[in-house]
Amino acid sequence: MRYILRRLGFFVVTLWAALTVNFFLPRLMPGDPALSMMARFHGRLGGQALKAMEVAFGIDTHDSLLAQYVAYVGNCFTGQFGRSLTFFPETVSQVVFQALPWTLGLVGVTTVIAFILGTLIGVIGAWWRGGWFDSILPPVFIVLSAFPYFWIALISILVFSIALNWLPLGFGYTNGTDVTFSWSFAWDVLRHAILPGMTIIITSIGGWILTMRNNMIMTLAEDYVRMARAKGLSSARIMFDYAGRNAILPNLSGFGMSLGFVVSGAILVEYVFSYPGVGYMMLQAVLNEDFPLMQTLFLFITVAVLVAILIVDGITVLLDPRTRSVS
Amino acid sequence: MTTVNDEAPGTARRSRLQPVWAFCRAVLSNRKATAGALLLAVCIVMAAVPGLIAPGDPNAQLYMPGQGPSHDNLLGTTSYGQDIFTQFVWGARASLVIAVVAGLLSTVLSALIGVAAGYFGGIADGLLSLATDVFLVLPAFPLVVIIAAYSKNGGNAVIIAVLVATGWSYGARQLRAQVLSLRNRDFLIAARLRGERGWRIVVSEILPNMVPLLVANFLGASVYAILTAAGLQFLGLGSVNTDSWGTMLYWAQNNEALQAGIPLWAIAPGIGIAVLGAAFALLNYAFDEIGNPVLRPVRKKRVRGNS
Amino acid sequence: MSEAIAEDPILDVVDVSVTYATPGGVVRAVDGVTLRLGRGEFLGVVGESGCGKSTLLFAIAQLLSPPAELNQGKVLFKGRNLVGLTDRALSTVRWSDYSVVMQSAMNALNPVKTIAAQFDDVMRAHGHGGRAEIRNRSHEVLALVGIDAVHLKSFPHQLSGGMRQRVMIAMALLLSPELIMMDEPTSALDVVAQRSLMVQVKELQHRLGFAIIFVTHDMSLVGNFSDHLAVMYAGKIVELGPTKQIFAEPRHPYTRGLLESFPSVHGPKVRLTGIPGAPPNLVDPPAGCRFRQRCPEVMPRCATVEPALYDVDGDRVCCLIYETAGSSPGASHA
Repeated sequence: MRYILRRLGFFVVTLWAALTVNFFLPRLMPGDPALSMMARFHGRLGGQALKAMEVAFGIDTHDSLLAQYVAYVGNCFTGQFGRSLTFFPETVSQVVFQALPWTLGLVGVTTVIAFILGTLIGVIGAWWRGGWFDSILPPVFIVLSAFPYFWIALISILVFSIALNWLPLGFGYTNGTDVTFSWSFAWDVLRHAILPGMTIIITSIGGWILTMRNNMIMTLAEDYVRMARAKGLSSARIMFDYAGRNAILPNLSGFGMSLGFVVSGAILVEYVFSYPGVGYMMLQAVLNEDFPLMQTLFLFITVAVLVAILIVDGITVLLDPRTRSVS
Repeated sequence: MTTVNDEAPGTARRSRLQPVWAFCRAVLSNRKATAGALLLAVCIVMAAVPGLIAPGDPNAQLYMPGQGPSHDNLLGTTSYGQDIFTQFVWGARASLVIAVVAGLLSTVLSALIGVAAGYFGGIADGLLSLATDVFLVLPAFPLVVIIAAYSKNGGNAVIIAVLVATGWSYGARQLRAQVLSLRNRDFLIAARLRGERGWRIVVSEILPNMVPLLVANFLGASVYAILTAAGLQFLGLGSVNTDSWGTMLYWAQNNEALQAGIPLWAIAPGIGIAVLGAAFALLNYAFDEIGNPVLRPVRKKRVRGNS
Repeated sequence: MSEAIAEDPILDVVDVSVTYATPGGVVRAVDGVTLRLGRGEFLGVVGESGCGKSTLLFAIAQLLSPPAELNQGKVLFKGRNLVGLTDRALSTVRWSDYSVVMQSAMNALNPVKTIAAQFDDVMRAHGHGGRAEIRNRSHEVLALVGIDAVHLKSFPHQLSGGMRQRVMIAMALLLSPELIMMDEPTSALDVVAQRSLMVQVKELQHRLGFAIIFVTHDMSLVGNFSDHLAVMYAGKIVELGPTKQIFAEPRHPYTRGLLESFPSVHGPKVRLTGIPGAPPNLVDPPAGCRFRQRCPEVMPRCATVEPALYDVDGDRVCCLIYETAGSSPGASHA
């Protein structure tokens, strides 16, 4: 329990750090980008949105830095992020909440698939040492994971979309169709998600396979595995119940650290496929110098990462009884 | 994940060059290390003397645009009539420099923070560790994108600075863990008893034991730098006028190279980045194996007949 | 050792060698070891670190892992050769006929499973699937070693070192095996806990009648409790015989050196002598007798002729001093 509480505390600190970075960034950057951005709104802002932007970017306000900061944090918790330049007059929160499901669906699902598949393959690869599986796999995946996500994305477009014309070029769904909860729409969405999904899985699975394999090999050398053999347990049981359950623990803690790569990959993949998720919006915002949208997206991505880490921590506590004891 | 190996009993240090030879032998005996070293060598040659391999100005628009491979243009031409092969060779330098410089600086920063946290302990450790963990979790790429967007056209220096600022945390964590495990070993207690002072102990006693981990960190940080820099340049956030593989991809994407029938414009720089990244990654993996024999490939032998 | 036991041994180790490949060459960790164990007998295997005693144990139990391999010899358990059998074939005898107690219980117990779950595993793997049966047996074995059944729900890290070691012994007794092999089970314990554990083991042996192979570096510990003793040095057995006899009259110079390095609590003060030098390099062992470089009674012949195990009054000694005195090796009983 204390473990979870400590992690929650960490969650809060990190969130606070992200908020603070967001707050100070526009004020520290040279050339006062905030002013030029506000000018582009041409006075179309009013009321709440205007106030929110003012405190976030420190414009036209005579309040002290501290007062601005407090107001800013308050706004974040009530969802007042201002209006988006790119998608004017939509508010930033509207844009973000529209894009979020697409990213969670694509990136969330594929990352979990990659983790599970990668871990399984790693376990099996470590078990069958000395076979072709073990000598070919690691180098292949090292090389594969060195390819930039977006390049694999480009190549897959080249092959599957342009050359073979099997799958669509990009976007979340075919342009012009209505967003409905029907099977045909669902199928459309799925078709559009295959290429970006495959790209993410291919590039990220390598890392999981390799780390799990190495963990497994180290675990298989442990005495309790030798003991399990001595007890006459079946290979499957030793592989999964004795070795696997212990080997996966460091992998789980590494999951949190790998989320940084997952996010960067997701952004680039969405960009290449023009997939309407959070990453794509982020880049649109960059192109249009839409700072409110950019920074809010950063905040939400941080929250998503923290939630993912918290979930993984919960799973770790379930799997590892040593974390449950008070240290 | 590298461990420190004790020297086999009985080997006397015959000369200063002994460790260098041992290193070379280790690299040559491990297939992954050899492959990685070769790939790296190729990139280094391309970066060092591009003029020898592909003479000419990579940006000169001398040829017919949009052509496929031919005798004059080994990889074809871009939409602007530039030779893709020349651009490819000249692009190696910027990519390699960014990778190595960012990797080095990142490792130095990781070492400073990680070692300080591990060695001094107490409140300093608590604060530094918290900062490390926070930086570790904060999504680096979006942050990098935002900073780069704010400071457009800052060139390679900005990219390097941003990479280092976001990439040091992983290494710091690992290094701190190793310092913690070394801290209470007897030879350090002996050093303290001899009256050696804090920083001297760190430099002369601890750091030499951490060389394998530092090397692993450098290689890992370089891979991170290569891929992230490529991503940034691809998005047009680096300086789009410099020659690098990432910017090649940017221009290729902007001119819809794939649809226009000149895919090599996009394929070549991608392979370049992959080769450089793979080189570092292979070396890293190989050093893991060299340092930890349990991980080495097992060659199955048949049990001699009995029973 | 009486003829009756000798004719019906439970374990027959014949000329077993274990090698493993290192960058510096092939190491012969165990070199041509032959011994025999009768039913209900307590055999101690002693030697210094690196002499190969633990490797021998794992070789007998078919638990070696690469790069170590048993490349020569036979291990006959109740007449059946275990060498070369697949894991599947071995699983019928493993644990039900012979079990193993390892050195460090903390490392030998799965950290993420409760004790009950680990007992459960074994029982199920051998076809005893009934929940009631498993629960009863688990309680029974824990009672045998004096641990409260409430600890079945504990995880290994929640138990003390001594308790963990006794849990290991309880686990070894689950299927009532005829042979239990123990690899330095008391090394991690303090002296008091050591003795208490040994007394318990001996008592269990009397009650249940299983044979024991007990590997240790602690001569005095095994001297009090074992029936027979095998002394190992540099991968070979240098002396093998009834414990009392060896203690009363150690014949091999190494055994003598070992006994003289343990002070006695009773009796007059005696000058302690150790054995100077270090064990030989097992990649390239010296020609002739392996102990000659440290032997106080070395003769010129020792450098060229490798001694075999000579029978001296029921004691088998691997030393050229007894070359003429004893019969040649191959005698059928130890």
